[in-house]
Amino acid sequence: MYAISRSSLIVLILLGLGFGIYPLVGDSYYIRLLTKIMALGIFAMSLDLLIGFTGLISLGHAAFFGVSAYTVVWFVVKMEILNAFLIFPAALAVAGLCALVIGWLSIRTAGIYFIMITLAFAQMLHAFFKDQHYWGGTDGINFNDKPMLMVGDTVLFDLSNKINLYYLTFSLMVAAFIFLAVLLRSPFGRAIQGVKVNEGRMRAMGYNINHLKLMSFVIAGCLAGAAGFIEATRTSFVNPEYLSWHASGNVMVMVILGGMGSLYGSLLGALALTLLGDNISSLWDHWLLIMGGFVIAVVMFMPDGISGSIESLSRRFRKASPPREETGP
Amino acid sequence: MTTLISSLSRRRLLLGTAAGAAAISTFTPTRFAIGQTAKLKVGLMLPYSGTYASLGNNITDAFKLRLAEVGGKLGGREVEFVQLDDESAPPKAKDNAARLLTKDKVDVLVGTVHSGVAMGMAAVAREENTLMVCPNAGAGALTGKNCSPNVFRTSFTNWQPGYACGPMLIKDGKKTVVTMTWNYPAGTEQIDGFKQSFTAAGGTVIKEILLDFPKVEFQAYLTEIAALKPDAVFVFFSGDGAVKFIKDYAGAGLKAKIPLYGTGFLTDGVLQAVGNDAEGIKTALHYVPDLDNAVNKKFVAAFKAATKREADVFAVQGYDTCTLLSVGLDAVKGDAKAGRTLYSTMQNTIVDSPRGRFTISAAHNPIQDFYVRQVKGGKDVLLGLAVKALADPATGCNMG
Amino acid sequence: MDISYYLIQTLNGIQYGFLLFLVASGLTLIFGIMGIINLAHGSFFMIGAYLCWWLTSLFDNLFLGILAGIPLAVFLGLFIERFGIVYLYKRDHLYQVLFTFGLILIFGEMRSILWGNEVQGVMIPEMLSGAIPLTDTQSYPVYRLFISLVCTALAAALYLVIQRTRLGMTIRAGASNREMVQALGIDIAKLFAIVFAMGAALAAFAGMVAAPVQSVFPTMGDEILIVSLVVVVIGGVGSIKGAFLGAMLIGLADTFGAVFLPHGAGVVIYTVMAIVLLWRPQGLFGRT
Repeated sequence: MYAISRSSLIVLILLGLGFGIYPLVGDSYYIRLLTKIMALGIFAMSLDLLIGFTGLISLGHAAFFGVSAYTVVWFVVKMEILNAFLIFPAALAVAGLCALVIGWLSIRTAGIYFIMITLAFAQMLHAFFKDQHYWGGTDGINFNDKPMLMVGDTVLFDLSNKINLYYLTFSLMVAAFIFLAVLLRSPFGRAIQGVKVNEGRMRAMGYNINHLKLMSFVIAGCLAGAAGFIEATRTSFVNPEYLSWHASGNVMVMVILGGMGSLYGSLLGALALTLLGDNISSLWDHWLLIMGGFVIAVVMFMPDGISGSIESLSRRFRKASPPREETGP
Repeated sequence: MTTLISSLSRRRLLLGTAAGAAAISTFTPTRFAIGQTAKLKVGLMLPYSGTYASLGNNITDAFKLRLAEVGGKLGGREVEFVQLDDESAPPKAKDNAARLLTKDKVDVLVGTVHSGVAMGMAAVAREENTLMVCPNAGAGALTGKNCSPNVFRTSFTNWQPGYACGPMLIKDGKKTVVTMTWNYPAGTEQIDGFKQSFTAAGGTVIKEILLDFPKVEFQAYLTEIAALKPDAVFVFFSGDGAVKFIKDYAGAGLKAKIPLYGTGFLTDGVLQAVGNDAEGIKTALHYVPDLDNAVNKKFVAAFKAATKREADVFAVQGYDTCTLLSVGLDAVKGDAKAGRTLYSTMQNTIVDSPRGRFTISAAHNPIQDFYVRQVKGGKDVLLGLAVKALADPATGCNMG
Repeated sequence: MDISYYLIQTLNGIQYGFLLFLVASGLTLIFGIMGIINLAHGSFFMIGAYLCWWLTSLFDNLFLGILAGIPLAVFLGLFIERFGIVYLYKRDHLYQVLFTFGLILIFGEMRSILWGNEVQGVMIPEMLSGAIPLTDTQSYPVYRLFISLVCTALAAALYLVIQRTRLGMTIRAGASNREMVQALGIDIAKLFAIVFAMGAALAAFAGMVAAPVQSVFPTMGDEILIVSLVVVVIGGVGSIKGAFLGAMLIGLADTFGAVFLPHGAGVVIYTVMAIVLLWRPQGLFGRT
């Protein structure tokens, strides 16, 4: 089951502190960038729930990120409603609903089929938003007013302020992490991890496998929706590329790079990949070549990702202590 | 993690001094010990790859050509360029623009070709309150619904060339038309402008065909056009898409049967590549290379000498962007943050352009003449005036 | 709209279907026989198109360009299999996805370094340029007919190889039961190399013949990959017959969708896929 080791706890605290105090010392470019990184972190954690804990390899996860972003635009631009207390739950609900429908259709399949079908459904939504003039076509939609947290007409928290948005994102990231950590220790969480390890055994034990998978898929979809809400608010922009399979592939790279099945690894993956891209992209036009080589190197030499390396390093340091006992559900 | 923090704080230290200098209220360009004025940073965010790469290059080269003509300085300051390839990719627009404005700290932002990218750039420029000049993208909202005191355009709104084309088809006796373009603002807005003047004069659009940008597989649609048999076909395509369309149109045997019209982008910069297939195509645009005025003659020759390429409308727009910046910045001694003084100088300028003189509207878009052109002998030839001093309606703009 | 109109649109759809088949057949065999999900398969299509453009301008002749391009594509396929894919045979699908995703980035940047990012046109050779007039305004371009004919011949050859030769027998056996082939002591390494190189060459060849009609542009590989995946899902993994029928179905659905549902064209093929999956989750000819 999911447990946080001492070494990962240290990383987590460092990560939390780093993100928490950065705006007090940082400049506006990196505040913007870190907000994006934290949103991607939530997005990657939600995919980790599927890949790392449930054993569902979805290559269409960006679909839920994207429909949520389009929901934000629908409220802000089409309805001229700015209250985030309304928009945020609605965006999550739309993402969750899409995950329910796509999940229901996809979970009947397994292996290569599941990968390709999730990819194809995401492309279907991508094509939908791209074709419709109403949704801004290939260019997407730019907007000026950002959602605000307000009660009645009183604005509590204006998200057009970069620092406000930063701390909202930070809170959401912390909340998402705690939610997932608690969820994974609950009976449901143990059950989905059991599905990943041995589906047949879980079925024999009387679990409804498809039900468990679908639940996990919908929860992950909602969380991806939370990340989509932030990205749409941060950029005041939405575009079909938010749903593209490149976006799905990128977030998958983050999960693996960080180390799947560890949650905090996804945050590290989002941080590392985005900062790497930000720094090498200005050095060399063909930086994606390095990125591609990097992805392949991770697959070949570091399949357990950063968090896996941290764990094994810390285990080597504490040779005396016996390795943690893995207990199945 | 620790290396990250130390590298960030080091960077912050460097930026901190720059920010401190900018905060001084009465502007004196930062002086170094030897007494030189700090360079003016101009961010060129343009397409240097993809379908629009050649447009980005022409704009850049013409801008630099003009800069050399005015002595290599803007507002008395040496110019340092920060060039960034926008890849004509709207999703990257805002992060790229933010990078130029908040990380590279450019004083002036110039760009771009693609309308969707330009809209993202303008939003960030507004947020960061930095002067932006758009040398091509024609998105109506840029100087319409989303117009802004710090955003100028030296090119056109998509509506303008579209609108200028309507009367041309009516005059040629074309009453029914099929339109075709890419499904993105540059395309749909030009077609909308065309429809407005064309239908008002009694024409009918029997079918509007839209396809994904930048797809160039036209076959299924050409089949449909052949079945619909309109009087004429009106399109917006540009760059390599235009080359492919003109060739396919001729290849499908339609060239001799249904005449092809378009906004001038259809033939600009593509004639060499399409050869004979473009003969006779009529277009309207705010520039023709054979315009008879002194500025144009000098420009065409200088551009050819500097780049070995023929001048086109995009080069003209890049050239004029530099002219406009030079006039504005000279008036405020190079203080790109001067705000209202700078913006009103720029708006009240009469730009002496190779396309002929033009003025700037209250919404910061050119009020300019449009010409009827036809491809003859592999060249766009001036046939006459399409519309004089055409101003965009700037719907939704509350400025001025 | 008269009969000739529908006839031509059908021809357009079939011609697109043939191109899809060339790409999807390799994809489905690589899935079926090697158990590899190869997202970089679309890149071979893109590389084929750029090779065609480059070699055609070098030799000043499209046919020579294609002839010279094919061995290069085969070689590239062999190279990628030997020095990349070979590490993935025992790995989880997840790592195959990531690895080949990384390959796409590398192929894309190599293309950018070697050939640039511009869209390029390839001239249709003089003898195939023209169009066959059908009615007063309708006519059908000769080159597109040529594509369909070449693809028909290739599909027939592929059918004969798979149905009538020893290699084909092994391939068929491998697609339906991988473990059995391994147990029979067939040289798996050689079989895998042949299948992968053949798949890569077919996709690259599709890119070469398509170059004159689609132009040559950086993202063309991504586009065809996704549609080919849909074809494979519809046809059933590992089934050449399924890939053929799926390709024709999608080719026609896409062409007529673009004409009749201009604002929903992109969604049409995915809707077709969803319907097929509701009916048969393993695809038309897939194993359960």
